[in-house]
Amino acid sequence: MSIERRSMFSRFTVAMPFLWLAAFFLLPFLIVLKISLSDDAVAQPPYAPVFNFGEGWAALREKLSMLDFENYSFVLGDWLYVYSYMQSLTLAAVATALLIVVGYPVAYAIARSPRGLRPILLLLVILPFFTSFLIRVYAWIGILSREGLLNQMLLSLGAISQPMEILATNAAVVIGMVYSYFPFMVLPLYAALEKMDDTLLEAAADLGATPSQAFWRVTVPVSAPGIVAGALLCFIPAVGEFVIPDLLGGSETQMIGRTVWNEFAVNRSWSVASALAVLILLVLLVPILIYQRMQLRDLERR
Amino acid sequence: MEMAASKTQKPQSVRRKFEPWADPAAEPLIRFENVVKRYGDVVAIDGVSLDIYEREFFALLGPSGCGKTTLMRMLAGFEEASEGKVVLAGSDLSGVPPYRRPVNMMFQSYALFPHMSVADNIAFGLKQERMPRDEIAARVDEMLKLVNLRGFEKRKPHQLSGGQRQRVALARSLAKRPKVLLLDEPMAALDKKLREQTQFELMDLQQRIGTTFIIVTHDQEEAMTVADRIAVMDHGKLIQVATPAEIYEQPNSRYVAEFVGDVNIIEAAVTRVTTSDTTLQADMLDAELRLTQRTDAKTGDRVAVALRPEKIRIAKEPLSEVHANCAQGVVYDIAYLGDLSIYHVHLDNGFVLKAAKTNLSRQIEPPIDWDDRVNLSWTPDAGVLLKS
Amino acid sequence: MAMRKGLSPVTVTALAGGLAFLYVPLFLLVIYSFNDSRLVTVWGGWSTRWYRGLLQNQALMDAAWVSLKVAAVAATLATALGTLAALALVRAGAFRGRTLFAGLVYAPLVMPEVITGLALLLLFVAIDFDRGFWTVALAHVTFTMCFVAVIVQSRLLTFDHSLEEAALDLGATPLRAFFSVTLPVILPAVAAGWLLAFTLSLDDLVIANFTAGPGNTTLPMRIYSQVRLGVTPEVNAISTVFIVVITAVVLSASLAMKWQQGKVEGRQ
Repeated sequence: MSIERRSMFSRFTVAMPFLWLAAFFLLPFLIVLKISLSDDAVAQPPYAPVFNFGEGWAALREKLSMLDFENYSFVLGDWLYVYSYMQSLTLAAVATALLIVVGYPVAYAIARSPRGLRPILLLLVILPFFTSFLIRVYAWIGILSREGLLNQMLLSLGAISQPMEILATNAAVVIGMVYSYFPFMVLPLYAALEKMDDTLLEAAADLGATPSQAFWRVTVPVSAPGIVAGALLCFIPAVGEFVIPDLLGGSETQMIGRTVWNEFAVNRSWSVASALAVLILLVLLVPILIYQRMQLRDLERR
Repeated sequence: MEMAASKTQKPQSVRRKFEPWADPAAEPLIRFENVVKRYGDVVAIDGVSLDIYEREFFALLGPSGCGKTTLMRMLAGFEEASEGKVVLAGSDLSGVPPYRRPVNMMFQSYALFPHMSVADNIAFGLKQERMPRDEIAARVDEMLKLVNLRGFEKRKPHQLSGGQRQRVALARSLAKRPKVLLLDEPMAALDKKLREQTQFELMDLQQRIGTTFIIVTHDQEEAMTVADRIAVMDHGKLIQVATPAEIYEQPNSRYVAEFVGDVNIIEAAVTRVTTSDTTLQADMLDAELRLTQRTDAKTGDRVAVALRPEKIRIAKEPLSEVHANCAQGVVYDIAYLGDLSIYHVHLDNGFVLKAAKTNLSRQIEPPIDWDDRVNLSWTPDAGVLLKS
Repeated sequence: MAMRKGLSPVTVTALAGGLAFLYVPLFLLVIYSFNDSRLVTVWGGWSTRWYRGLLQNQALMDAAWVSLKVAAVAATLATALGTLAALALVRAGAFRGRTLFAGLVYAPLVMPEVITGLALLLLFVAIDFDRGFWTVALAHVTFTMCFVAVIVQSRLLTFDHSLEEAALDLGATPLRAFFSVTLPVILPAVAAGWLLAFTLSLDDLVIANFTAGPGNTTLPMRIYSQVRLGVTPEVNAISTVFIVVITAVVLSASLAMKWQQGKVEGRQ
């Protein structure tokens, strides 16, 4: 509305959150980028150069020339780091695929259930999300450990004779991810399935499709945006996951989120940690842009 | 709306002669001067100039997307003209925000505030102008009485029926005693029976309070029922501004003739023009076409003539005199509407004419049936020459 | 089978399986918090001793208090900013930089926390802002406001814009129209946004780990340091308290919202 566009109030609504996000989200990333091009130093803060805009142009130019891609060549030259990226992407992808397989039937069942029951079922799916993430991951330690409840149960049933080693493996990490991100997959899937017009399936049946044909040729394609949204919502944060690999993973688990933390907190190499973070962002840039695109498109379609 | 007043008072049956637009000395209340509205490259309003007078009930009629709503929203202040100006009671409205205009609007969705009671909804505008509390209470009561909703003041909008909500919306938009009331498709959400009843009540109300009403509608019957004058719009332009009878009987263009009511369009060439009438030769008619209407067209010009189906007499009996304004053909379709029937008649030369016939007797078997050979005829004042 | 809305054996199984997957680990956690044995895997009979221990754990109580303060401050600021961001996205039309703005609002939703945390820490160091209560709170405002924005945005999308126009038409300035009409109508979504921001802040470990100062250990940080030492009945007890409190709050809030909504726009 032309009137609203001009109003002070409208400008305020844009300016406040914009400035906040620019200061506390965009600016920090620029700083990360800058530090990733710096060198470590035994100082406070532990990197060099430190820009001080009071020093004038010459000093600034000199310091700018100190920036280089050393950290990147170091990171990319070290097989351990590269392996860490690959493993993060693989584990996140496996977890996302499993989430689709596990989440779709649940979302579908909720969308099919009687109208009055749906908000309750949805609340049941979301409720664990509200309880602590950390606690949910912790709960699996007791289940998956060598003396844990899963092994106890399987042993007493006679299904296995030796306790399985699940905790401290990548399998445990994937289980933890599937568990933790479950609501993030189910919600967008449900939203897509719930919107679907029932008469589409009736039309498919009327035109001779069996229920399973109708499901694969109508329901699944119609809910595709939900699948993509759910997959992105799980995959992107899972790649940089820290808590799950730290608590459920073992020595074989080298996920990148943990590596960043180790570089930062243990090795105190802020510049390498920054370079690692920038590289994660580069890898995730495309999925993040796709995700934002979808969000924006949802916003316009009204 | 069951108006309390219409039950107690004797309704004013005679509508006084009211045509300020015909009086050159009359000052219009609202004046659109060469108004243009563009959204990027799209021209929504294309050079509209229009005068609307005090106490008038004015209708903006056209299909969706014709610009009628944009024109109304300019008056309310939700859109600004790209060119030209909108003048209300002598003062230019440009740059005046909606909340400073003495104009109120009744929204198509009613836009009743869901979290407020009926009384709070009606009082909303009065509170904005900081009217004293007791005056607000009195005005709200007056409005409730006007729309016959006393006893409902504590209800929330969701506790009302569709018709009651519509009346609350009306009361709310009238509470500030605006100079002009804008009604955006006010009856779109009502079913047909209630809509017809409401139209008459709206007319009575407008007569009693004397406020200028401007209604936007795509329903030609509604516009013809309620309005003193109608502006027919298309693609952001005013096509014709006239009284309902003029719009129907003297459409100035093919567009208006086809938009309002059912019509046969006959293309013809002018063969003779006199001071009082015009004779034409139409391709679809074997006989010549005579109209008691003078024209600026010259002999040989191609023109279009609009002929309403109800003005065509349809009969099985042969005609007594056969030289002008007639045609012969075979009935190939009948639309039985109860009160009248529309016959689609295939003329011998392949063209089709529609003729309407009032069903005067209670015969189940139609007096004229499919495949009957019929004669069509009409008087010279039945058809109208269209300018474009 | 898939034709009608309704539950077939297949969908019931899917639902039961999914819900069991979600809840069995939590139930086990709760049950073992009442285990008398210190060994988590051996059942030693019912006991509430670990809960009694919690109250004496001063460090834990301090951390809980820090977390609650951070969450309350962060959620309140995030709700204000997130609501404004949603209004900007849905209402302000095509202003310059809108795509960048939308990107900034949606990116934190999926951004790995490690990166957000590191970036914010480096910002605080660069501007020489001592890490403490406010650094955690500001960091939490930043990532939770985006969740608020998404919730409020989806409510605004179904909000009948003519309500606001009607208010303007009746003489309310845009600011008054917002406070007397728009805000009351979208209030349930705003409240839900606050609640989500509050729980997200209460729950956050990674970003707090980066941005918290030495004296401001939050509850998840405290729990984490205990969890790293292995499964103990104490942690189970803390977790149970956490689960019970959050569940109670979320359930009563959603019931309250439902009731409120029923009052505003319910049908007979």
